[in-house]
Amino acid sequence: MSLKKVHSDQPKEFKFSDENLKKATDILKMYPEKNKKSAVMPFLYLAQRQNSNWIPLAAMKYIAKLLSMPYISVYEVATFYTMYNLAPVGKHFIQVCTTTPCLIRGADKIVSLCKEKISPNENEISTKGSCSWMEVECLGACVSAPMIQINDDYYEDLDEKSTKEILDSLIKDKPLKPGSYRGRKNTAPEKQQKVNGENHA
Amino acid sequence: MPKITINGKEIEFKKGMTVLQACELAEVEIPRFCYHEKLSIAGNCRMCLVELEKSPKPIASCAMPATEGMNIKTNTDFVEKARKGVMEFLLANHPLDCPVCDQGGECDLQDQSMYYGVDKSRFVENKRQVKEKYMGPLIKTQMTRCIHCTRCVRFATEVAGVPEIGAIGRGENMEITTYLEKAMESELSANVIDLCPVGALTSKPYAFEARPWELKKTESIDVMDAVGSNIRVDTYNWEVKRILPRLNNDINEEWVSDKTRYSCDGLLKQRLDVPYVKRNNKLQKSTWDEVIPILVEKIKTINPNEIGGHIGDMINLENALGFKKLFSALKIKNLEFRERKFYINSAEKSNYIFNSSIKGIEEADLILLVGTNPRHEATMLNARIRKAFAQKKTPIFSIGNPGDLTYDYTIIGDKTDDIKKILNNETDFSKKLSSSKKPIIIIGESALEIDSGKYIFEGFKNFLKKNNFINKDWNAFNFLPQNASTVGLIDLNIVSKDDEENHTFFEKLNNNQFKLLYLLGSDNLDIKKNNEFIVYQGSHGDRGAEIADIILPSAAFTEQNGLYENLEGRVQECKKASYTIGEALEDWKIFNLILKALGKNQNFLNFSSLRKEVLNSISNFTELNELPFFKESIIKNTSPKFLSETVSIKELDYFFTNAISRASKTMSECRQIRHNSKKTGTDNL
Repeated sequence: MSLKKVHSDQPKEFKFSDENLKKATDILKMYPEKNKKSAVMPFLYLAQRQNSNWIPLAAMKYIAKLLSMPYISVYEVATFYTMYNLAPVGKHFIQVCTTTPCLIRGADKIVSLCKEKISPNENEISTKGSCSWMEVECLGACVSAPMIQINDDYYEDLDEKSTKEILDSLIKDKPLKPGSYRGRKNTAPEKQQKVNGENHA
Repeated sequence: MPKITINGKEIEFKKGMTVLQACELAEVEIPRFCYHEKLSIAGNCRMCLVELEKSPKPIASCAMPATEGMNIKTNTDFVEKARKGVMEFLLANHPLDCPVCDQGGECDLQDQSMYYGVDKSRFVENKRQVKEKYMGPLIKTQMTRCIHCTRCVRFATEVAGVPEIGAIGRGENMEITTYLEKAMESELSANVIDLCPVGALTSKPYAFEARPWELKKTESIDVMDAVGSNIRVDTYNWEVKRILPRLNNDINEEWVSDKTRYSCDGLLKQRLDVPYVKRNNKLQKSTWDEVIPILVEKIKTINPNEIGGHIGDMINLENALGFKKLFSALKIKNLEFRERKFYINSAEKSNYIFNSSIKGIEEADLILLVGTNPRHEATMLNARIRKAFAQKKTPIFSIGNPGDLTYDYTIIGDKTDDIKKILNNETDFSKKLSSSKKPIIIIGESALEIDSGKYIFEGFKNFLKKNNFINKDWNAFNFLPQNASTVGLIDLNIVSKDDEENHTFFEKLNNNQFKLLYLLGSDNLDIKKNNEFIVYQGSHGDRGAEIADIILPSAAFTEQNGLYENLEGRVQECKKASYTIGEALEDWKIFNLILKALGKNQNFLNFSSLRKEVLNSISNFTELNELPFFKESIIKNTSPKFLSETVSIKELDYFFTNAISRASKTMSECRQIRHNSKKTGTDNL
C-alpha cells in the first residue's frame, strides 16, 4: 500500500475544526487576495493534522472550495509532496531513514525489526497497537545515524536493542522519550580525545 | 524592430517573441513537443534546445524571450548533441510499440526520433509502466507512452476551461490523469488527442481502424452547428473513418467540437439505402421507379395550398434552391426552414448573421448574451468567448441563465422587463454598455422564440444604432443561429417576407391543414401527425422517416458537394468525401426524377447552374470563405409590442441535435455519461 495513492475507504465529509479554521484565516492573511491559492500547502498540512495524520479526498475538495481552485490542482499538490499522506497511517507513524549514512550505521536492521514487530510490509497498520512504518529518504540527522522519526519526534543513535524497546513501547501505546539513545546531549561529541592539545571527538 | 541573428542570417522580429518564434520567422525548423502556438509556454520537454552565443549551456528556445543582438545557432554539432541527449532520455521510458500504436505515422516522437534518435539504447534498467487512465468514451489512453509535455493539461485549463486534467505524483512517478479518472466534462475534450505528440492519448472510437497513410483526406466543412468549422474528412474506401479539425484562425482555430469530430460513425448507421413506401401501415422496401409515380400521383391530386415543404438543418444551399425551384414549378408556396417559430428579419443581411465575426470577439470589451447558451449552440464560438475572457478579462453578461459556460459571467435578469430597462437607459448596465468601445450583443434563438422576440430584436438594434455601435468598423449586433443551413436559407428567401412574422407555415402545420408534407432532411420539426401524407427525403432513418409514408434516400453532407453559409455569412464549400449508400441519390437528382415524372422537363436542374444561382442570390457576397461586405445599413423605425415575459433558454440535448449525431453510437455514449454525471452531480467523491 502506498501513501501516495488515494485510499479506498474515504470519509464522506471533512471540515476544519473551529480552532483550525481560525488558524486557516490567519494563514490566508499572509497572502494577497489574488494569490490565496498559495495557502494550499499550509491548509493541507492543517487538514492532515486534524485528520489523524492523513488527508482524505473530502479534505482536498474542502480546501479547493475554500481557495476557489480546481480540485485537480489541490490533488496535484497533495500527490507531489512526500510528506502528505493520502492513506491512513498508524497512530504512531514510524519513518525509518535508510539513506546512506543511516544505512551504513545499520538502518537495515531497524527495517527488519519493523517488519518483524509491526507489519511485514510498509504502510500497513499493525495488528497489535496502532503503528505503521515506512522507509524514507534522508531526514537530515546523519550525525546521529541510524535514526527514526516517530510522528514529530526524532529517535537517534539507535541500535537493535534500543529500537526493540522503542517499538515495544509503541505497541503498548506508551512511547519512550525521543532523543539520543546513547546518552548524547543533542549532537555533542561522546568520547573526547586530546590531539595536539586540542579536544576532538 | 529589434534584430536577431539566426544561423548567420539577420532578421527582424516583433518585441515579445520567443527565440523559437524568431527561428520560425527565419524559416528554421525547431523540433518541439511541449510548445504549442495556441497554449501557454511550459518549457519542459527540452527538445527545442539551441545554441546561444556566449551562453555556456544550450537554451530552450520556446521559453527564451528573443532580445536584440542575440546570435542563435541551430545547426551546430553542439545543438545536435544536446537534442540527441534529450531524445535519449525521452526514449528511455517510451515503449517500442509503434507497430501497435494508433499514433504511428503521425507521431511527433516517431518523426523526430528519425533525426535525433540514437539507434541503440544505453538504458538497461526496467522501463516504467503506467496504468491506463479512464478519460471518457472519446479518449483512449496508454499512459506508458506519455512524455509529460503537459499539452493536454494546458489545453483543458486554458482553452476548454475545464481544469480537470493534471499531473499527479513527481519524478518517475508522475502521471497525467483526469481528477479521479472521470470523463472530461467538456465539448472540446477530444482535441487533446490531436495535441498529444505521442500515442498516449488516442481516439477511442477510431482505435485500430486505419493507418493515416491509407486514408483519403478531403478538406470540408462541418454542418453540426452554424459555426462552419473547417474539417478534414478521412475516408477509407467509402467509409468515413474520422473527422479532424483544419486550421482556420478566423473560425475554429485548431480545435473542433466533440460532436463534429465523433458524429461520423453516425454516417454508417441508420442509413436509408433504398426508397420505402408505407403499405398496410408498414414501411416496405421499394424502388425509385415505383415510388416516384406514387408521389407524383399524390402531388397531382392535392391542391398546392395544402402541400407544405420543410427544409432541414443540414441541407446545403444548392439542394435547398433545387427544392425551392421544384416547389415553384408545382406552384406551392408553403416553404419553411425554421424548426420552431422565431422572429427573423431578412430585410438586410446584417439582421441575421453574426456581424462582429468570430475573430472579432477577441477585440470586444463587453459581451452580452441574450437568451443563448453558446456552449451548446455554437461550441467553437463559445471557445472564442472564453479566449477573450481568459486573455483580456472581457466582462460577460447574460440575460437568462445558460448554466456553466466555462467562464464567469453576470446574470442581469431573465425578464423582458429587464431588457426594457436596459433599452431605456435605466440601469447601470446601460451605462456600461454605452461607455464601452466595442461591445458585442449576441441574441439567441431562444430569445426570439418568445412573443416579445420582435421587441428584443428590434429594440437592441435601435439601441445599438442610436449609440453608434453599428457602423462601418464595428457592428455589435449579432444573431446566433443554431443550424448550419439557417443563414444561407434566409439568403435564398425560402420563407417569403410576409410569412416571416406571420408564421403561416406553423399555423397550417399545427392546424393540420397540410395534406402532403415534404420534409427535406428535416428531423427536428415538431409534427403532430393527423392525416398528412408525409414524404421524407434524407439520409437517416430518424424522426422524420419514422412518421413518413414515403422515404426517398439521399446523400449525407459528406457524400455530396455543396455550399453552406456559416453564422458570420461566410460561404464555404463542403466537399464530397465519400459515396452515397445503396440507391440513395443527391437531393437535386431526386428533384429531377420528380420533375421528369411530372413531365416538366424544361425545369430540369443541374448542379453547376444551381451553384451559380446560389452564389448570385446571396446578398453582400464577396467570395468563398470570406466575410460579406457591407455598405451603410438601413434602419427602419419600428415600434414592436412589448410583453412582460421570461427569457428562458431552451436547453439543447447537445449530443443529440441532428439525425447524424442521433445515429452515432459514440454520441449516445457521451450523452449517457453527461446524463449520469448530471444526475449524481459532479461533487460526489
